[in-house]
Formats: sequence, structure tokens, C-alpha cells
Amino acid sequence: MSAVPVSVHGVDKQINIAVSEDGLLPPRIRSSAWLDAAFEWLTRGFAILVFSILAAILVSLVLGSTLTLQKYGLSFIWRKEWDPVREEFGALVPIYGTLVTSLIAMVIGIPVSFGIALFLTELAPAWLKRPLGTAIELLAAIPSIIYGMWGLFVLSPIVQSDVQPLLIDLFGNVPILGKLFEGPPLGIGMMTAGLILSIMVIPFITAVMRDVFELVPPMLKESAYGLGATTWEVVFRVVLPYTKVGVVGGIMLGLGRALGETMAVTFVIGNAHELSASLMAPGNSIASALANEFTEAVGNVYLSALFELGLILFVITTIVLALSKLLLLRLSRQEGARA
Amino acid sequence: MSEIDAANPVYRRRKLVNLVMLSVSAVALVFGLIWLAWILATLFYEGGAALLRAGMYYQMTPPPGSDGGLANAIAGSLLMVIVGTLIGTPFGVLAGTYLAEYGRRGWLASATRFLNDVLLSAPSIVIGLFVYSVYVARVKHFSGWAGSMALGLLVIPVVVRTTDDMLKLVPSSLREAAAALGCPTWKMILRVTYQAARSGILTGILLAVARISGETAPLLFTALNNQFWSLNMNAPVSNLPVVIFQFAMSPYQDWQRLAWGGATLITLAVLFLNIVARVLVKKTH
Repeated sequence: MSAVPVSVHGVDKQINIAVSEDGLLPPRIRSSAWLDAAFEWLTRGFAILVFSILAAILVSLVLGSTLTLQKYGLSFIWRKEWDPVREEFGALVPIYGTLVTSLIAMVIGIPVSFGIALFLTELAPAWLKRPLGTAIELLAAIPSIIYGMWGLFVLSPIVQSDVQPLLIDLFGNVPILGKLFEGPPLGIGMMTAGLILSIMVIPFITAVMRDVFELVPPMLKESAYGLGATTWEVVFRVVLPYTKVGVVGGIMLGLGRALGETMAVTFVIGNAHELSASLMAPGNSIASALANEFTEAVGNVYLSALFELGLILFVITTIVLALSKLLLLRLSRQEGARA
Repeated sequence: MSEIDAANPVYRRRKLVNLVMLSVSAVALVFGLIWLAWILATLFYEGGAALLRAGMYYQMTPPPGSDGGLANAIAGSLLMVIVGTLIGTPFGVLAGTYLAEYGRRGWLASATRFLNDVLLSAPSIVIGLFVYSVYVARVKHFSGWAGSMALGLLVIPVVVRTTDDMLKLVPSSLREAAAALGCPTWKMILRVTYQAARSGILTGILLAVARISGETAPLLFTALNNQFWSLNMNAPVSNLPVVIFQFAMSPYQDWQRLAWGGATLITLAVLFLNIVARVLVKKTH
């Protein structure tokens, strides 16, 4: 104990506080300094764990696919065969299916998401914004297996009986374009898978577009309106150029989601290891090949081939998602610089 | 609008383009909403009856052609979702705490934040592969633990993200007030910022639960499935999503009916969790 002079409401007093012999802080405070360091390291430890999850996944996938990596090297990517009996494997068909279905999803999903974001940011009255926005966001909450089941039992019969015959009538005889709509209308195939994916990516792309559209300074928009621009002109000539980096970021996010989507695609893509130019033909995607074949795979080479498919999917989606994140970061940084 | 404006073809064309484009955007919104309504309507139509049948909640998954329910799948799903949440939440909250409270400077926090956002959208089937190779392949059998691990891994990025965001919303003046009273940092975080961000962090956990409740892909090669009542976490555990997958793909009518029932049940639960989470967020802000 040592006496310390203090002043309370202008009256000088001496009070006793605990300071140890060596002049250090009291034990209670010292122990909390130790606790402080411990707590900081605890949280840092978990942050490091989260930081290393992606790397751990990458390593485990590479280790899992050693056999086929050694056997085929890079040629695995463009080999067409997928023959579990002769143990010959190549990733071309599932890669093709993944890219085609995601492309269809983007072709439909991007304009629709843009329209929805435009409606919600520029046109909807304030009282409608929230309920409509929430409804669109709920599309993202529905589990993908529900999309798949609904696609199999509800959407694909309609695609088979109405959409595909119409497309065949319209484009079947057009050169080149006709190739996309060749063959019988099966309902199940890459087109239906792409259609379902497009519904699933809408909420993700819309959410990013809405967020970035809100970033545009009101002054810019008001200046354009003041010059007599119409709402569409303001959106197309002012809002979109200002936010283009973020919009592309949102599209990449949607693409990343579409590439890796598993269950919805597995139900409707048909799971056929065939390469076909026709969008109506059944195909296979990386994720659905994994979902269908992994538990039944016999033999180490087969398993390794499936692991390598997973590795390819992981690398592609990680690159796409990282790019998306970088673009969005760039927009918010440039926003910070201007503010 | 003056006479000159109305007669000006450029002006008229611009007006028309505007009208068309805005109408198209309204149509896009309707296009988006139709799917939601259509899917929900289908679920109620196909699964409503199954949902109201009491047998669904106490009978086991049947062999084709006989009567049954989804009791084992519901129990297994609940068990794995709870264990998965218990595994993932502490990870997520503590890592998120580091990002928001300690990581203002330095590279670790911003790099982790970046990778976490990538992880948030990473394909869940790859998470299943990961757990298969680090756990299932080692112990050489599918199990409830493996399933819960995969689900826990999916919980982490959601909780990290919301914890980080919500803690950053806590005003610095609260932290400074606590520090000025001599409160050590760890106590300040536990007693002041966690309290202030409580409902936000809870929202993140609810959203994570909603996300994993419907996840199928990562369970396919971790928990697998089980036809019988089993809560043994060291053995394959039955779960709703995989049962729905199996039954929906089967040619048997009664299996498909059960699958619709299960699908409706999961969707209602997930939408309910999402709406509760939204109400919680709205209350705090």
C-alpha cells in the first residue's frame, strides 16, 4: 500500500491504493494483462485457422488426386473418355457441362437481375422496396435440393412439352444456331439445368447490383435528371458506368455460385457422359458427377479421378470468386477515395 | 410537356425507350417472384398432405411399397445440424472477433476476410470431399461426426462474416468508455461489445443454421444415410436432405410423396429461420 494524493471536488486527500513492493501494478490488473494477451491470441488462432481452411482444402484435393495427376498430367482436362471399367478418365465432358449450364444461367440471370435491381433502386416506392427485396432474397434461402426436385417434377415436363418444341420450331432449321437445338426434346438436360441455375443466381447478382447502385452519389444522378435525362438514361449512362466494376463483381459472384451448384443440377442434367453441342441433350457437370458417382466409386484410380474433378472445380470457383471479391473491393476503395 | 417537346421525334423516341426499359425491369421483377411463388405453391400442393400426417413424424423411412415416415431422418438432421452449429459457431465468433477488434491493422485480418468471403461461396460439395479425405478416408467409415464436421465448416464463414460486420457496427465510444473505466480489452469485448452486438451475432448463427439445414451435397459422402433409427454419431446417420434426394429420384410413388413432405418441411424451417433472422436485424438497427 502506498498513499497517493488525489483531489476530489477540489478537496485534496490522500488515498491508499495497492501497489506491490516492486512498484508493479496490482496482481488483479497484472493477471488481466496476461488474460488480455491470451484472449487476443485465442481469437488470432481461430482467425489463422479460418485463413488456412482454403489452403487445407486445396492440399487435401491435390493429395486425393495424386494417381490421376501422375497418370494423365494436364491432359486430364481435355480427355473425353470416362470409363470406370477400363479405368480411363478425362474431365472434358463434366467441365463442358459445368461451363455450358453456367453460361445459360448467366445469359438469363444477368439481364433479369439487372432489371430487378433497377426496379428496386429507382422505381419501387419506398414501402414496396423492403417486401419485394426480401422476397427476392428468399430465393437464395430455398435449399438447392428443393430447386432440383421442383425442376425434375415441375419444370422439366414443361420444358419438354412446351419450351423445347417451340425452340426447335424457331431455330431448328437455322444453320449453326440450329445445332444448339438438335435432337428430341427430353426435358432433362443442360438447358433445364441452366434455367434452374439462372433462377438460383438471381438473388446473388441482384443483391450486389442493388448495393453498388446505392453507392452512386445522389448529386451525379440529380445532375443528369436536371439536364433532362430519362430514368433509363440515368441508369444506363450514369449509374452503370459509375458502378461497372461492382456490377462485374456481382456477376462473377453469381458465376461462382452457378459453377459449384450441385444438387439442383444433379436432378435435371441427366448425368450422361456425352459431349453434345445441343443444349437439349443430357450431360454432366463436375459437381453432379461427384454427387452421383463418388459413393459408388470402386478402385483408387476412379476415386482419384473424382478428386481431380473436385480439384478443378475448386480451383475454377476460387479464381472466379476471388476475382469477384477483388472487383468489389476496388469499387469500395475508389468510393472511399472519393468520399 | 410543351407542344414542341411532343412533336420532337428525338424526345419522343427517348421517352419511348425509357418506358419500354422500365416496363422490362418490372417484368424482370415479376419473373423473379413467379419462381418463388411457383416453388412454394408446388411444395404446399405436393407436400402439404404429407406434412399433416402424424405418421411422418414418428414412423421410420419405409421400404418401397409400405407405409412410413421420416422420423429417423428428421432426428438425424436435427442432431447433425445442432452438432455442426456447435462446432462452427465458436470458430466463427472468435475469428470474427479477431477481424473486428484486433485486426484493424496488419495483413492477417484483411487476408482472412478475403479468403473467408471466398469460402462463403465455395461449392459445398468440395467441403464434403475435404471432410471425406481428412476424416472418412482415415477412419474408413461414414459417420454422423463427419457429416457434422462438413456442416460445421459451412457454418464458419457465415458466422465469421456476420460477427465481423456486427462488431464493427458497435460504436467506438462504447469501447473507449470501457477502457477509460480501466476495463481490460478481453473484458471489454466480452461484456461491452458482445452485449451490444448480441442480436447481430445471433442473426449470423441463425442464418448459418438455415444454410446447413438444407445442405445435401456435403452429406452425401460424409454422413451417407441410414434406413433405421440411429443417433450413433460414429455410424452413418439418416438425414432429411439425402433421404429426399434418394426418394425423389426413386420410381416409387409413396417414396416420392414422402420426399415432397420432407422438402416442404425443410423449406418451411429454412424460410422461418431466415425471417426470424431478418426481424432480429430490423429490431437492432
